[in-house]
Amino acid sequence: MSVTLDIKLKRANKVYHEGETVAGVVTLCCKEPLQHNGIALSMDGIVNLQLSSKSVGVFEAFYNSVKPIPLISSSIEVAKAGKIPGGKTEIPFEFPLISKGNKVLYETYHGVFVNIQYTLRCDLKRPLLAKDLSRSCEFIVHSQPQKSKIVPTPVKFSITPETLQNVRERSQLPRFLIRGHLDATSCVISQPLTGEVQVDKSDVPIKSIELQLVRVETCGCAEGYARDATEIQNIQIAEGDVGHGMPIPVHMVFPRLFTCPTLETTNFKVEFEINVVVILQDDHLITENFPLKLCRV
Amino acid sequence: MKKKMASVQWRSRGRNYEAELQRCHPEGLPVEFGDYHPLKPIMVTDTKTRRGARKGSTSSSSSSSSSAPVDPLSSMLDGTDPLSMFAATETSAAASHSSSVGDLGRKRRVKEEEALGADFEPWSTKRGEILARFTTTEKLSINLCMGSDRGKAPNPGSSAVSEKVRTRLEELDDLEEGSHRELLNLSQQDYANRIEELNQSLKEAWSSDQKVKALKIVIQCSKLLSDTSVIQFYPSKFVLITDILDTFGRLVYDRIWTMCSDPRPLPDSFTVEDVNDTAKETCLNWFFKIASIRELLPRLYVEAAILKCNRFLSKSGIQETLPRLTAMIRGMGDPLVAAYARAYLCRVGMEVAPHLKESLNANIFDLLTTFRQISGDSVQKQLHLQKVEVPAYLMLYSPAINWILQCVAYRAPEPLLTEMMERCKMMANNALLLNSIMRAFRPEFVATRATDFIGMIKDCDESGFPKHLLYGSLGRSLACADPPESERLTILNEAWKVITKVRNPQDYMNCAEIWVEFTCRHFAKREVNTVLADIIKHMTPDRAFEEAYPQLQSVITKILMYFHDFSVLFSMERFLPFLDMFQKDSVRVEVCKSIMEVFIKHQLELTRDPVILNAMLHICKTMHDSVNALTLEDEKRSLALLIIGFIRMVSFGRDFEQQLSFCVEARSTFCNLEPVLVQLIHTVNQLAMETRMVMKGNHSRKTAAFVRACAAYCFITIPSLSSIFSRLHLYLLSGQVALANQCLSQADAFLKAAVSVLPEVPRSISVEGKLRSSESFLLDFINNFLATLLVVPDHPEHGVLYLVRGLLNMVQDYTWEDNSDAKVRVYISALPLLAAMSQETYLYSIHKVDSNETLYGGDPKFLSEINKLCETLIGQILDHLKTLTRDEQSMRRQSALAFSLFGVLLAHGDLKNNKLSQLSINLWNLSHKHGHCETRVSIRTLESIRHQAQRPDMAHLSDTIQRLALQSRT
Repeated sequence: MSVTLDIKLKRANKVYHEGETVAGVVTLCCKEPLQHNGIALSMDGIVNLQLSSKSVGVFEAFYNSVKPIPLISSSIEVAKAGKIPGGKTEIPFEFPLISKGNKVLYETYHGVFVNIQYTLRCDLKRPLLAKDLSRSCEFIVHSQPQKSKIVPTPVKFSITPETLQNVRERSQLPRFLIRGHLDATSCVISQPLTGEVQVDKSDVPIKSIELQLVRVETCGCAEGYARDATEIQNIQIAEGDVGHGMPIPVHMVFPRLFTCPTLETTNFKVEFEINVVVILQDDHLITENFPLKLCRV
Repeated sequence: MKKKMASVQWRSRGRNYEAELQRCHPEGLPVEFGDYHPLKPIMVTDTKTRRGARKGSTSSSSSSSSSAPVDPLSSMLDGTDPLSMFAATETSAAASHSSSVGDLGRKRRVKEEEALGADFEPWSTKRGEILARFTTTEKLSINLCMGSDRGKAPNPGSSAVSEKVRTRLEELDDLEEGSHRELLNLSQQDYANRIEELNQSLKEAWSSDQKVKALKIVIQCSKLLSDTSVIQFYPSKFVLITDILDTFGRLVYDRIWTMCSDPRPLPDSFTVEDVNDTAKETCLNWFFKIASIRELLPRLYVEAAILKCNRFLSKSGIQETLPRLTAMIRGMGDPLVAAYARAYLCRVGMEVAPHLKESLNANIFDLLTTFRQISGDSVQKQLHLQKVEVPAYLMLYSPAINWILQCVAYRAPEPLLTEMMERCKMMANNALLLNSIMRAFRPEFVATRATDFIGMIKDCDESGFPKHLLYGSLGRSLACADPPESERLTILNEAWKVITKVRNPQDYMNCAEIWVEFTCRHFAKREVNTVLADIIKHMTPDRAFEEAYPQLQSVITKILMYFHDFSVLFSMERFLPFLDMFQKDSVRVEVCKSIMEVFIKHQLELTRDPVILNAMLHICKTMHDSVNALTLEDEKRSLALLIIGFIRMVSFGRDFEQQLSFCVEARSTFCNLEPVLVQLIHTVNQLAMETRMVMKGNHSRKTAAFVRACAAYCFITIPSLSSIFSRLHLYLLSGQVALANQCLSQADAFLKAAVSVLPEVPRSISVEGKLRSSESFLLDFINNFLATLLVVPDHPEHGVLYLVRGLLNMVQDYTWEDNSDAKVRVYISALPLLAAMSQETYLYSIHKVDSNETLYGGDPKFLSEINKLCETLIGQILDHLKTLTRDEQSMRRQSALAFSLFGVLLAHGDLKNNKLSQLSINLWNLSHKHGHCETRVSIRTLESIRHQAQRPDMAHLSDTIQRLALQSRT
């Protein structure tokens, strides 16, 4: 006898805000009537922290301190023990999304060392000799829009051999002048990062210009912390020997789930940076780094 | 003829033809010819049919070749013939059926293309052109690495990744393994096949719900477009790969469309509000996915491919996306790759939102700024590496730029076009751009500014882009639109000044061919002649013309399009020398045929112009001389028809002698084409009859000599024909014509010749490729011949009825088919002739020719000769009847023959004579003996006899009728 259990949310994009009601239906499909010992639905929100392997040795002392941080946890009974008729059964439910106490519901974020995730879980208990069924479904929480208004402030930059740091032999560098600007470094997460880059001069032809989106995750507490920067995505905006003096658009859409408004708590931090990477045809790699502040409006 | 004891006595019935004629037509009702023709479509009434029939119907059979002049049958059915009309409706019905069954998407697409307007030349027409033009023999490679876009799939590494994401990622990993393929050493065809395979696997992946795989395929394909090795193939590669992108765009759009089609399909003019959340979310997902594609080019192409899907998300989506994508292309370093990316974007833009002109313009302006990159180091290095010349490289741009400009120029206001021109001037008249402007802008626009353009072409820097190409493009516009009258000559002079300096014959020819049209359109003989002279001068050295036959042919076609007056055409000094450049036989004949076709179509008046005649004879002779043993029958037939068409247009008016000498000349020139000879004989016979008409039947000594010359012409021409029936018919016809012209001895000779040819008639002949018995044809001919013999007077030196006897002897000696009654049938039909000959006044006679009636004046000896002959014939017939008793089949024949002999006796025999009357009764009985007679016919015969018997001079028939019994009643 096969039974399928599924959770369907009302909203197609599964996005909810604090204070809203997560609504949907639990669907059960079985050919014959089904005996059960109750169906329960639980909602969990949790922050998972993890230490990178390189940090583990150093911070062994507080290794245990990176425990998951629960944000929300509640459950309701959808149906009491009884019988479900054969065919398709839909049981609607509503779940208020309200945090316990003064805890903040952080925005959903899938990272490497920090993960913030919200799930709905449905459990169907069955009598002896039959396995309990369970099904979980992630939903997405967007934090409340920030009150303060952001005024975009353009950031100009200009890269020449002289502006570079970390250069081994400055004399061997080819001459170049790359100018540009980002329309803002405080970005609205739902809107793309924009700006312009312009190659004014370059002795060696350009091979590629890329935008690298980097997440900087920090876990730890006052005693010590681990800070790791990893790439989220890399977008090429120019390929080959681009024409000089022509502004090339900078445009990057912030990927969903993998980005969230910049987050700073006592136990962990999630920050983002953007690197403008210019690769020359002789494989010189020039990077200009910009810290970003993401927010939701 | 063997003499035999006559068992019957023949007496012909006396006839009064006048009286009989009057009895037959008491009211003299004229017969009306109805309009109805069973093969004609109902509504078509066109006077053209008359002309077509005149041209097409000749004595030879009509042609099946398409190049032949109008076929009388098809010209009768003017318009479309009903069969192909059915076929057409059927296919269109089938098409509409399949489209209604097939995907909705296609139908919608068609609708949208229509929205663009029919005057916008769609991409599909360019497609094939590009594929055919940009080819390579070099080896190509496809480099597909399915998993290299690491940015696309964000790094896993967390246990918290949801299950769905994880399986998705695993799926990606699976694909990555071993999916890095590099295909080397592909020929162009292989390459196209591979791409098509990818297209197929895209569709398969899509239909099996592997959307990620589908996306990967598309990304990999568009990545191929950044590879510019084997650069001369790049435009074709672009075409092949954008096909895949189109497929993808359609799939995505249709899928999202169907997600919204519940409960009822979206209207075509849907708005964002009509789209449900799920569809929006799916659509949004696609865009997020595409936004994270690592590499620039695939990201650009794939987003452009699904540009249309923006309609599901927001009203202004497309409007916002187009400029962004346009700007994004600036990041493409390779100018060629960028140009084609722009072309694609413009194409999609035009399809989805033709009203958004700004980004089109932005594209072209951005493109202009990248022009200086072409002369940059990177490009030059690449060209050097691939050993590609700069002009060839620049040509690679033209499809893209042409397309973009076409989009820009489509229904664009005049000022914009003028601005483009100004820009071009600002860019130091960049040749490449100028060329595209002239190609893409409306010909009328270009034509009115032709002088400006010429100035700009002059100012162009010579480097890279050859000027003759520019003039070629200008010429193309001028061929369809007219520049101001006053400027035309200057334009031609300026252009030709440059063209004539082009050294490479192929380049020269390509350009000259285009300008010939302009010249023909606006100028007269003199200028065209000059142009032709120049072409000859360029193409003759080193036999350069051998490489340029198609262009040379097209020059001829264009001239023929504008010059229909052949006297003008042939008075161009250089026209015939130009024709002499076609030295390859097949091409030469093709050209001659095309000239002939135009001649036949447009030469409406008969001509005697020596210039035309000489030239046409020359052309026809060329066609004729191409015939050899290997020429196909169809080809021969079509050539013959063309030549015949010419011969029919030649007329020297009253100068009959010249016409005859023309025919003599033509005969010697076209001796290998039988239908032409047949036509010549007809022409000469007609000539003789026209002479007779002019002289009103009374020939003078001179005209008599002339018509005898005509007869002589025919007499010596006919034997050279191989078809025996043509020969027979022409002998008879020429004999009749000779007789009509009072050339008795000539007529005699023709008829004698016909009789002497008779034994040669084979028992079977091939009719339209099938072997058929010749018997029926022969019988027809003999009956016709017999009818003529009535008026042919006996030759004074030969015996009485010399020709009749000769014919009958031939008939007797001819080896007829076994079991055939043909011989007897001839005998039976000879009887009416003999009966007619024994009348005092003949049924018909020829003006100024004394027939036997006058020669013999009813001499009893003559009459008894006739009677004797009849008796012999009847004896023979009766003998034959006796042999037909063997079986059912022969009984049937016996009955039929007996009945027809009975009929002849009744009509022509004098039944007052008892013996004859008895014979006829016996024949009646014989024919009814075995019940093979049709009772209906018998009854009607009896009725008719009864009717006749009422007349006083036929009263004796009532006796006979008493004794004729109907079988059924006995």
